[in-house]
Amino acid sequence: MLDITPKEIKPRTALRINPAKTCQPIGAMYAALGIHGCLPHSHGSQGCCSYHRMHLTRHFKEPVMASTSSFTEGSSVFGGLANLSQAINTIFTVYNPEVIAVHTTCLSEVIGDDIPNIIAKAVSEGTVPEGKFVFHANTPSFAGSHMTGFSSMVRAMVHYFSEKTGAESGQVNIIPGFVNPADMREIKRIASEMGVPALLFPDTSDVLDTPLTGKYDFYPPGGVTIKQLRTTGDSLRTLALGPFASEAAGAYLDEKCDVPCDILDLPIGIAATDRFVHALKNVAAQDVPASINYDRGRLIDVMNDMHRYTHGLKVAVFGDPDHVTSMVEFLLDLNMKPVHVVTGTPGNRFERRMTEILEGRLPDSNFSANADLFLLHQWIKNEPVDLLIGNTYGKYIARAEDLPFVRFGFPTLDRIGHQFKPHVGYTGALHLLESILNAIMDRQDRDATDETLELVM
Amino acid sequence: MSDSKDNTQTAGSALIPLPDPSPVLKEMLDIYPPKVARKRAKHIRVNDPHDVPEVEANVRTIPGIITQRGCCYAGCKGVVIGPIKDLVQIVHGPIGCSYYAWGTRRNLANQDPSVESYMPYCFSTDLTEDEIIFGGEKKLRAAIQEAYELFHPKAIAVFSTCPVGLIGDDVHAVARQAKADLGINVFGFSCEGYKGVSQSAGHHIANNGVFKNMVGIKEPETPFTNPFRINVLGEYNIGGDAWEIERVLTRCGIEVVATFSGNALYDQIGQSHHANLNVVMCHRSINYMAEMMETKFGIPWIKVNFIGADSMSKSLRKIAQYFDDAGLSERVEAVIAEELSALKAVREDVTRRCSGKLALCYAGGSRSHHWRELFKDIEMRLVSAGYEFAHRDDYEGSRVASSIKVDADSRNIEELAVEADPERYRPRKTQEQVAVLEENGLKLATYDGMMPDMEANAIVIDDISHHEMEKMIEFYKPDIFCSGIKDKFVIEKMGVPCKQIHSYDYGGPYAGYKGAANFYRDIDTMINSSARRFLKAPWESQPELQANFAVRPEKKKG
Ligand code: SF4
Ligand code: SF4
Repeated sequence: MLDITPKEIKPRTALRINPAKTCQPIGAMYAALGIHGCLPHSHGSQGCCSYHRMHLTRHFKEPVMASTSSFTEGSSVFGGLANLSQAINTIFTVYNPEVIAVHTTCLSEVIGDDIPNIIAKAVSEGTVPEGKFVFHANTPSFAGSHMTGFSSMVRAMVHYFSEKTGAESGQVNIIPGFVNPADMREIKRIASEMGVPALLFPDTSDVLDTPLTGKYDFYPPGGVTIKQLRTTGDSLRTLALGPFASEAAGAYLDEKCDVPCDILDLPIGIAATDRFVHALKNVAAQDVPASINYDRGRLIDVMNDMHRYTHGLKVAVFGDPDHVTSMVEFLLDLNMKPVHVVTGTPGNRFERRMTEILEGRLPDSNFSANADLFLLHQWIKNEPVDLLIGNTYGKYIARAEDLPFVRFGFPTLDRIGHQFKPHVGYTGALHLLESILNAIMDRQDRDATDETLELVM
Repeated sequence: MSDSKDNTQTAGSALIPLPDPSPVLKEMLDIYPPKVARKRAKHIRVNDPHDVPEVEANVRTIPGIITQRGCCYAGCKGVVIGPIKDLVQIVHGPIGCSYYAWGTRRNLANQDPSVESYMPYCFSTDLTEDEIIFGGEKKLRAAIQEAYELFHPKAIAVFSTCPVGLIGDDVHAVARQAKADLGINVFGFSCEGYKGVSQSAGHHIANNGVFKNMVGIKEPETPFTNPFRINVLGEYNIGGDAWEIERVLTRCGIEVVATFSGNALYDQIGQSHHANLNVVMCHRSINYMAEMMETKFGIPWIKVNFIGADSMSKSLRKIAQYFDDAGLSERVEAVIAEELSALKAVREDVTRRCSGKLALCYAGGSRSHHWRELFKDIEMRLVSAGYEFAHRDDYEGSRVASSIKVDADSRNIEELAVEADPERYRPRKTQEQVAVLEENGLKLATYDGMMPDMEANAIVIDDISHHEMEKMIEFYKPDIFCSGIKDKFVIEKMGVPCKQIHSYDYGGPYAGYKGAANFYRDIDTMINSSARRFLKAPWESQPELQANFAVRPEKKKG
């Protein structure tokens, strides 16, 4: 496996090998699914839409609906306006969504299609039924990554829908970041335990984790409604979780409607969750309830009791910048050593944050934004680790280097659990810690001799 | 047919005719805007196997319709070229196109340590804004150079994606230059996703590229001696199919020179012009290659189907008939007898439970026809089928190929002008031999299409949409539905098991005899899985009944 990856690292400037990121539209498609009754629409050739749907489906094991402008060579030359107009008409007639969320692709970006103009035309021509909406985000994949696409689609929600009416609202906006439905559900639970009337957007819980009943719901019950999105401009505050995914929307909402915004790390691990809970406490202006303190206590209990299995182990971590940032901090709090850290998403803010977190604790760690798994593997060959943490694509490296491997982040194509076990909050941290410990213990068992096999661990 | 469950046939009994499907046809079309309805109606046909109706195919999908289709690039890099394991394949474009094609198609390849396999690698030029504005050729050149220095591969292939086509990078010029500079074979594919109307254009472009740049460029180190040597075309080793096919062929004494392109090595394709017969599995994706190789090298082709036990046997007999050798025929018969007898128990066992059950199948471009044979083995009925990116000849047979009009979307896909190779053209059969073979019923260079093999009143749907799929399920309440990952969980949510026919649900192989056994078992387990029994909670179906406790608490006496 990966036998031809050389140990010696030669700098590459042009060839990306085994990426640790993908393209913008898939993030936009995912974010759009967090609006109730929304059909994401990919403005470009069929391939992108097909790939994005397939990939999201493989991760969630759930139906993922989206339509496409089905560009042909002709549309590529003359522009895709006619395709989009026709698509809007077809979609409202056949699939009858509340809202269509258009995102662009590389192709339509290079062509330079003027989407707002097409939307305005569709509205004026009456193609968009009364009370229904079409909105859009530009998501060129030659900039940023799937994180950027997610972030841009959430920002577009603010751009098109948030209003400041001046109405009294005790509501707090939470932008959850590019996390799974189970995480969104957990964030809502924490907020509600804390007595904070939170509005989460986007919200894919009850959209991409629906039950099997024998009846298929094209538009599942979950998702934030357009009506709710409108009210975000009157909220007290916004908590934007994960700067890469959520800052753009949070900051823009502040600019547009004067809703102050706190940008927090994704609440993964103990310290980041503490900051999140603290922020909620500040808005709620009431004490943290016993239930949350208990969750926290149970996490610390396991961190403490099982400490000997984690202390000092070297770890390689990769994935999306918001996830990786919080994970690295959590690993340090477990006295582990995240010696190699990679994200594929470009942006030096990641490296700045890494420096902050690692400063004084593990300053010699290798970390890089805009890097790939080929480089990560080479780093591991040069300085071996005890554990690998990342998305499914890590399994090749794990096999090549015979490493215990904990799946974490998007996409997880080959295991079950992320669909219903959160990774955020204290409970999420406990789940992660459980996975980490079990991976390490399984490895110890596997490597034990008959004499050293421990019954009790 | 909504009461299909009651129509379950017992093995061997005469089949009741399929019902008139007009109600579902109407329901499928009613919802569409009038223009769309008119267009879609031409893609949906009620079959008459004796007078096959014309199906509109290989035309644009209507924008906004939720389709199964992908793009030209997916057909070229994803399907045809991807499986060639020792070829470095660089996707020139933004990251996504390459990323999604990384390890997601199940074209397995053995990882022989003596061969450099790039299967677990994903290469991209990862274009950024600057390159989109100022051109990406420089980066592509550098990427090829870096790949060369890292791996020293035998050959490098480059694939264009949509934005690259638009900014006008000349991948062929860059490839030519790199070939001259590096002294290895470097070639490009202009397979921008917007070309054609589906993956199909990409197959054609891939065939052209493989034919121009790989086929016939290599002479074997030791000459081939087995006269019964063939290429297996359009077999991508999904779930290990090619291995099972090769196992059986080898038992019969038939040698595979090259498989196009499952588990293939660059050099195997290079010397594939030494085969004496091309057998075509997936007609849609590779028929161009079969025809070009016949013209250039004189290698005839026949359509085979190694999917389904009976159909496997039939295909082996076809090959034996072609080679016209008593010893070979004898071996083939012996192998068939042995393999079928090994399969008998499981086949009978599964047939007992599955006979008469209904299946629907919407595959890419040839497989629905293949899978029909597997279902037939266990007496299941394929009541509706279709393709995502087929052409009319895949439905109706080669006889209509010449009458298919080429529209604006296909016109720009290059048709190579192929001629007989002045030195290497060697007709494998004389005209007389061909005449005798045909007289004896062996059809060379012909495919009869799927529809003559389907029942009367079966519905054929080209480029099925999501909405049509839902209606079909409601109408037939099938026991199994075959489709791809995008449809999989929709169908499952409706309480119908969905077999993924592109990925085999991560199982397989399904080809050949062992594959058939795997398939029978898998279908059996899917149809008879327990989970769906719990769809209705007990309090929903019998609300007034009391719960049954396993043990009733005894009442205290007194
Ligand atoms: S063209 Fe762009 S949007 Fe489409 S798959 Fe490729 S990278 Fe993603
Ligand atoms: S950009 Fe074009 S080539 Fe790439 S996936 Fe999309 S349609 Fe296919």
